[in-house]
Amino acid sequence: MTIAAIDRAPSVPTELVRGRGGGGPAPKRIVVAFGFWIFILSDMIMFSALFAAHAVLRGNTAGGPTGAELFNLRNVFIETMCLLLSSYTCGLGALSAERRQPARFLIFAAFTFVLGAAFLFIEATEFARMVEIGAGPSHSGFLSAFFTLVGMHGLHVTSGLIALVYLVAQVIAKGLRAPVLRRLLCWSLFWHALDIVWVGVFTLVYLMGAS
Amino acid sequence: MLGKLSWAAIPFNEPLPIISMAVVLIVILAVLALITVKGWWPYLWREWLTSVDHKRIGVMYVTLGLVMLLRGFSDAIMMRTQQAIAVGDAQGYLPPDHYDQIFSAHGTIMIFFVAMPLVIGLMNFAVPLQLGVRDVAFPVLNSVSFWLTATGALLINVSLVVGVFARTGWMGYPPLSELAFSPDVGVDYYLWSLQISGIGTLLTGVNFVTTILKLRAPGMTYFRMPVFCWTALAANLLIVAAFPVLTATFLMLLLDRYLGMHFFTNDAGGNQMMYVNLFWAWGHPEVYILILPVFGIFSEVVATFSGKGLFSYRSMVWATLAICILSFMVWLHHFFTMGAGADVNAFFGIMSSIIAVPTGVKVFNWLFTMFRGRIVFHTPMLFAVGFMVTFVIGGLTGVLLAVPPVDFVVHNSAFLVAHFHNVIIGGVVFGVLAGINYWFPKAFGFTLDERLGQASFWCWLIGFYLAFTPLYALGLMGMTRRLQHIPDPSWQPLLLVAEVGAIVIFAGILCQVAQLYVSIRTREQRLDLTGDPWNGRTLEWSTSSPPPAYNFAILPRVETIDAFWHMKRTGRAPVKPAYEAIELPRNSRAGFVTAFFATVMGFSLIWHIWWLAILNFIAAVIVALIAGWSIEREYEISAADVAQMERDRLGQPA
Amino acid sequence: MDGDHLFEDRTPGVEEYEPTANYLTYTVGLGLAILATIASFVVAQTNLLWPPGIPVGLIVLALAQIGVHLVFFLHLGSGPDSTNNILALAFGVLIVFLVITGSVWIIANLNSNMMPMPVQ
Repeated sequence: MTIAAIDRAPSVPTELVRGRGGGGPAPKRIVVAFGFWIFILSDMIMFSALFAAHAVLRGNTAGGPTGAELFNLRNVFIETMCLLLSSYTCGLGALSAERRQPARFLIFAAFTFVLGAAFLFIEATEFARMVEIGAGPSHSGFLSAFFTLVGMHGLHVTSGLIALVYLVAQVIAKGLRAPVLRRLLCWSLFWHALDIVWVGVFTLVYLMGAS
Repeated sequence: MLGKLSWAAIPFNEPLPIISMAVVLIVILAVLALITVKGWWPYLWREWLTSVDHKRIGVMYVTLGLVMLLRGFSDAIMMRTQQAIAVGDAQGYLPPDHYDQIFSAHGTIMIFFVAMPLVIGLMNFAVPLQLGVRDVAFPVLNSVSFWLTATGALLINVSLVVGVFARTGWMGYPPLSELAFSPDVGVDYYLWSLQISGIGTLLTGVNFVTTILKLRAPGMTYFRMPVFCWTALAANLLIVAAFPVLTATFLMLLLDRYLGMHFFTNDAGGNQMMYVNLFWAWGHPEVYILILPVFGIFSEVVATFSGKGLFSYRSMVWATLAICILSFMVWLHHFFTMGAGADVNAFFGIMSSIIAVPTGVKVFNWLFTMFRGRIVFHTPMLFAVGFMVTFVIGGLTGVLLAVPPVDFVVHNSAFLVAHFHNVIIGGVVFGVLAGINYWFPKAFGFTLDERLGQASFWCWLIGFYLAFTPLYALGLMGMTRRLQHIPDPSWQPLLLVAEVGAIVIFAGILCQVAQLYVSIRTREQRLDLTGDPWNGRTLEWSTSSPPPAYNFAILPRVETIDAFWHMKRTGRAPVKPAYEAIELPRNSRAGFVTAFFATVMGFSLIWHIWWLAILNFIAAVIVALIAGWSIEREYEISAADVAQMERDRLGQPA
Repeated sequence: MDGDHLFEDRTPGVEEYEPTANYLTYTVGLGLAILATIASFVVAQTNLLWPPGIPVGLIVLALAQIGVHLVFFLHLGSGPDSTNNILALAFGVLIVFLVITGSVWIIANLNSNMMPMPVQ
């Protein structure tokens, strides 16, 4: 069988069925965004294992303090609002980027960063306070699970902020070109996903843990 | 300065590891010297180490898997020998401390650094070709994945000589794996090596799910994809779903060991069963990650070597997807005996029995494909038939084990060991060997020697049955797994038979090494000039052997299942093709360099050399940031150059 | 790329072909999310809801808010070809559900079979 005979004159066959996936390779933007979406889902599953560990260990306080004794729900509410608003400004920033409005994008990016940093600051002080009063992660199964789950979310937020600075630098250096836009798209997917995880955290860990 | 590391970590007083590592080091140094003397470094660096071509990466994965097979098999034959001779008063030659490390390393290496790389390597090579596209969705990430896997393999091999390996078995259950009972570096080697390579595997999962769902030749709807691509999709969905659970579980054990937390400790509120639960929530999907692509390989092989289209393509697809979903609903069957009540056991037992059904559907489909076909018994087809018999037996013992009361008798006995080797060897190993024989000509341009291939098959088949059938009997007679010393002399005859089986398998491995050597030496006699040595059905056979870097100068228009078969049958007059410029990804150092830093970081973390770990982590992050800065990742081959390359390739005059 | 002009697809977050993604979408989403958050905190700390039903109420509110995020911030479901994305999400949700409820059920079952232990 020779290979030369395989190519036929390029014409569009009638059954290039798009709805059933026959449209050929997708554009790069779709491929990158979908791949990142799959990665986000895998990250959610990683968090779910940590949520499961927390659910199972929540009662294992080893004679130490419980969530109800430790949590400051007012701070949690402020944290939640900070993160939620940062998701909002992230979305507006994404819109500005799509519409090729670099100045607006930078402003929204700055707001997003500040709100995210505020969230981290409050969380860090909470952790420090708990460690100070002897309720650090090495004191009980419950505390290990709490610090790991919430801390892992905080680590993700931290990496997100570092990545935001990095991407803003790229925007300034290269402008809002297609590859840079793709990366910003991935970043905002990541940031929204972190807010979704936080909804789970404040509901299951803090609100249910405190009542 | 150097954490826990000191000269005491190297067991100068133990001849076995020292001698074996000396041999390995000499071989490695000889190879490096040869490469240097011959001036091959630029070629290796340019064409392999920094390559982002899925075909090259696939070959490297398979090479890694085959090399690690030698290490894993040496562990196996050492264990078989110990069990054959350490009966009654005899103590054998392996003290318990070593024996425990050997069975732990054997399992870890075989699952993570033999089976996974072989399966992933074959998917890497074949999937983009079968889909009619030029590469995977994220080629640079593909390279990173491979090199992180290699990092894990390297770390485990280092544990042979510097320090110790885990003595906990390949699952690493606490509390034995906690610091209180495993204070040395063994469990840390296990955890870091798997955590690092696990990241690589997860990225592969993301890569292939995206590729299969978003990058296919025009006209290739979902139900025109080759079955191997469907099984690859299912397996990679499972990777994306399951590996994060393993990452989280190992993270928690690492936190216990490094920061004194209490996830799985005996005291302060740890729950050891949570580890077992989460480990197997990963562990069961893992075995389906291994077997589903192999089912796909056999679907291709059986169809091709029967000269018939696969029987009932649609039911194959649905069966694959059913197995994919169900595999996440059975994991408790790995710990029926560990304290759950009857209702929980019953649920998971029933689900485990149900999951056998779609596999049965597949077996019948293969049989019906063969029925009234024109069967050619090349090596891949021999493995296929051997697989069908052997895997079915293993699957049946699996359904037996799925019944909780039966499992209560044989859990963790030699019966269990026989079952999982039955399905892994009869399934995964046979499948990978079939796939290697099947796609080797496509990768390298010449077929493998057929007689040595058949010899290796018969050795593997006979060797497997000799090595593991006795274990079924021994399990029922009361022998547990992981025994360093055999208390009951009446078991010895069966263990001697098993030892013979291991030796026969060794002969099979030798046949494969010989097959490779002979095939390379006599390759001129077995050149694949048409690109289609087996009269294949799917698109990879429409390219030359090996394919050009861009796979297809013009992406094929697909109209049916078995696209290439259809093209051959309808036949087409050669039309002068209108070439367009092709964009290909550039090579990238990111994978190799990141993995280098990851290796040193892993080693530093294992030995508590904190400053070195931090430095290497920062270096790896910097590499990622530098690699992520560039936006010109592709280079273009102009239409005229493509035309010239095609003319050269096809041997046509200008 | 081949077939570029022929392809119509969606992915969460991609607004290129999405004329309805604008300031209004995000603002409505924010408003709904703030409402859901406040409602959660109120439900958890007062007796507005029948006390034994508080966990269920909190979960419902959380799921609602996650839905708001997915639809208004991630634009899931908008567009003709978002089947892949919804299927991927459904798969992810299924796995999350199995891991969490499976683990909780199994461990609770195991714990109930443990002998009485001194307070840890």
